[in-house]
Amino acid sequence: MAAPRHSAMLSISNASTPQSTSSDKTQVQQPQSPAGTSGLRVPSNRKTIYDRHLNRSRNAELSRASFAYLFGEMVSYAQRRVTGIQDLEKRLNEQGYPLGLRLLDLLFYRATSTSSSALSSSSTSSSPPNRPLRILTLLHLIHGPLWRLLFQRSADALEHSVSPDTPNEYMITDNEPLVNTYISVPREMSMLNCAAFVAGIIEGVCDGCGFEAKVSAHNQPTEMWPSRTVFLVRFGDSVMEREKVLERAGVK
Amino acid sequence: MSYYFTILSPTDTPIFNIAFGTSKGGGDGIARFRFPDTAQYMNQFIIHSSLDIVEEAQWTNGGMYLKHVDTYPPAAAYISAFLTPSGARFLLLHQPPQLPSGNASLGSSSLLGASGSTTRTSSSSVAANPTSPQTEEAVRQFMNEIYESYVKSAMSPFYKQGMEIRSPVFRSKVTAAGKKWL
Repeated sequence: MAAPRHSAMLSISNASTPQSTSSDKTQVQQPQSPAGTSGLRVPSNRKTIYDRHLNRSRNAELSRASFAYLFGEMVSYAQRRVTGIQDLEKRLNEQGYPLGLRLLDLLFYRATSTSSSALSSSSTSSSPPNRPLRILTLLHLIHGPLWRLLFQRSADALEHSVSPDTPNEYMITDNEPLVNTYISVPREMSMLNCAAFVAGIIEGVCDGCGFEAKVSAHNQPTEMWPSRTVFLVRFGDSVMEREKVLERAGVK
Repeated sequence: MSYYFTILSPTDTPIFNIAFGTSKGGGDGIARFRFPDTAQYMNQFIIHSSLDIVEEAQWTNGGMYLKHVDTYPPAAAYISAFLTPSGARFLLLHQPPQLPSGNASLGSSSLLGASGSTTRTSSSSVAANPTSPQTEEAVRQFMNEIYESYVKSAMSPFYKQGMEIRSPVFRSKVTAAGKKWL
């Protein structure tokens, strides 16, 4: 079973890249151990995800057309078998959530691996950035670095709820969310905001950092910005309790 | 020096673990713990018991590498921790070899003295002193290298947070990092 498969693999790699005899020898030996023991499939160019560089696509940009197409497909996929607008928004949120968890690790990895710290404008040294411990540092992380990673610009505003009843509510405003640029919502669904996907990303980031939160996207159009969206971040009680303890302890 | 390295998901599921020995100073890279082979679970006991301390340190120290967090004197086991921003914990247990040696000046810290552990005479070796700055630095480099591989695993669309990392390539990357730094 292993032998013919191996030879097939070898012929593929031979056909695609003509190699010298010496490198051929190493090619013969290398696939044998992982492929033979666990049935791992190695790409013909022998580059697994572990051999690729994470910073390579750092400054690469995706065309807006393909993004709009993909996102449109995601929305229509989420729209299947939903019971209402809330359900649809929940699905979009769930699609964004795992992305948030991943982006968090990627963001920190890129900030540590490059000497010019792109993560935080305030930290000028090349020392690795800190994990956010307080709510405000977390929100600044989302407002600045995360938004820049996603949309190449910072978010437009970061506010704290003025009402004394809801001290756990924070708002991040985006005047022109990229995800909504090519979406026109039907009149009967006027409550819907497809930026629920971005809200899911924010929720993933908050949760990943250990700040349990619920994030939702709301339409707040103004005359100047018709698609202005407010992301409402509501932190859980455990987070607020810890915040008080950390404040007393003087942790920043 | 023997090492036991484990990665725990944010919900405390072990997603990866490996035992290896030092390759520095003529080491052969094979773990030789002080427990008999039938009691290897002791490593897991010790390393998981340090989680309480890690979770305490997690909210006072914003760094990703928390350095040496816990010591278990009866087994002379030292535990270093690294936290990823998304909540995964990398824990490394290191246990210096049990060698009879009269050189007590190296083991100046009280922890070392209490544990009755002995140190190698060559102070430059990472294995010699588990709490020295050189060791901390070596472990930091090791952790950073694993972090890179971990992020690559996590970025895979087929990987969900909390899943076991089974890739033999990942394992070989960890082994290589261990050889390089520890």
